[in-house]
Amino acid sequence: MSTSVLFDAPGPRARRFSLILSLVSLVLIAALAVWVFMLLAAPRESGGITLPGMFDASRWDIFADPEVWASIGRGVIATLQAAAVAAVGAIILGILFSLLRSSAIGWVRVPTAWLIEFLRGMPVLLMMLFILLVASTGAFWAVVIALILYNGTLIGEILRAGLVALPRGQREAALSVGMREFQSKMLVEFPQAFRQMLPIIVAQLVVLLKDTSLGYIVGYNEIIRNNMNNLLSFFGNRYMFSMFVVTLAIYLVINLSLSWFARWLARRTASGTGKARRGKAIDPMNPAALLEVEAKADLMAANKGLGRHDGTAV
Amino acid sequence: MEQLWSLMPTFLEGFRVTLILLLVSGVSALVLGTVIAAMRISPVGALRGFAAFWTEIARNTPLTLVFFFTAFVMPMLGLRAPYLLLAFVALTYYTSPFVAEALRSGINGVPLGQAEAARSIGLAFGQTVSLVVLPQAFRMTIPPLINVFIALTKNTSVAGGFFVVELFATTRQLANDNGNIVIPILLTAAALYLVITIPLGFLAGRLEKRWVVKR
Repeated sequence: MSTSVLFDAPGPRARRFSLILSLVSLVLIAALAVWVFMLLAAPRESGGITLPGMFDASRWDIFADPEVWASIGRGVIATLQAAAVAAVGAIILGILFSLLRSSAIGWVRVPTAWLIEFLRGMPVLLMMLFILLVASTGAFWAVVIALILYNGTLIGEILRAGLVALPRGQREAALSVGMREFQSKMLVEFPQAFRQMLPIIVAQLVVLLKDTSLGYIVGYNEIIRNNMNNLLSFFGNRYMFSMFVVTLAIYLVINLSLSWFARWLARRTASGTGKARRGKAIDPMNPAALLEVEAKADLMAANKGLGRHDGTAV
Repeated sequence: MEQLWSLMPTFLEGFRVTLILLLVSGVSALVLGTVIAAMRISPVGALRGFAAFWTEIARNTPLTLVFFFTAFVMPMLGLRAPYLLLAFVALTYYTSPFVAEALRSGINGVPLGQAEAARSIGLAFGQTVSLVVLPQAFRMTIPPLINVFIALTKNTSVAGGFFVVELFATTRQLANDNGNIVIPILLTAAALYLVITIPLGFLAGRLEKRWVVKR
């Protein structure tokens, strides 16, 4: 760990000590894992009947049936459908919000800012309930519209940060070759901002995908509801643990690959464009990343505002 | 209006449970997250690996699935507890990696040169950490941590889907019982959530602007 601020490059004694500590904690972690495994594998008594342990074959036999997998697949498709529609909608809404929020006209900018604050501060679940009860759209659209509204505001803020972070010369050059403000924004500034912010947007899509699972509560048949309610009520609750493991595995495969993709994008864009001059790539998966870009946008907007005729940019 | 007013005590009861969820799981996530972060930056390889594993798994599992585990799977395995307690467990587990990442990015965000400079003027390890590194890390950590707690506030609503009668569950019940004033009920619930999240967000933005170390 010579790259840490907290530690020096270790000498021979420190290395030996750290090796011993490493081995001890490895043994402790392994012991913990074995203990959990034994606990799950042990048969349990329930009302005088001995039930088989969690790893007993009788708790896993349904997974030999291709029909079960077909049914699980339907849940996965339902989740991916909701996520895909919501992702497209959220990006479109995000573009719209970022344009309105960075508008030069006060009565466009200020109400947009309020709306964004309102939508961001509310739980997505409450929005889903709202849409379900007030617009009676059915569960699918309740999930999708709420996700579009919530993630659209966040993506809008991300894009706005990308817009303000661009060097001022980009816009000046566009105006000097005779483009209008709107043309400059759409043809010159936006494509660059979008590319720069793409890793954080993909990271936001992981959040969106995870949030489709709230459909479980408002009655949309996504993965969790499909597997843990519908399938279990058919096959019986003794499969609950094994079905949970399968559901978790499905989510981890989908989300980890998306997270990995976001990081890969971040590394690529960091070496390719202006971000490299700052010396570090933002980790798109970090909760600090979003706040960081937002604060930078607010600061830069404030600084730029001082030199401009409409000095109320924030 | 009068009808809505008469529902206020019920709302406030739900809001109280939401606040309890936020406070208890916020504090325990802070403790657990700090432990994970300390493991993540420790010089011991096995602990680093374990913390990284924990972070990746917990962060990529939907909260609904975590709640499902605590509310249905854990009782099936023989761990019976009140649902409120299980909700604390779920929210703490889910929030801990975000806390850990915020803390870690704060400490890793301090440039290496700061520690080197501190050592070169003769400060010992303890002095370097307490006088140079942590004060800078702290300034960079608080705003993202507040953001994590804002997210936690909104996440408490998921507990309402799993037998905890907090603000979301209360709202759903009230909306079912009072079909003629659904919109005012939902707006009141939204306002109660905003009472927590907007001031926190404002504070995070303020601190970020004031405390950001310009490099």
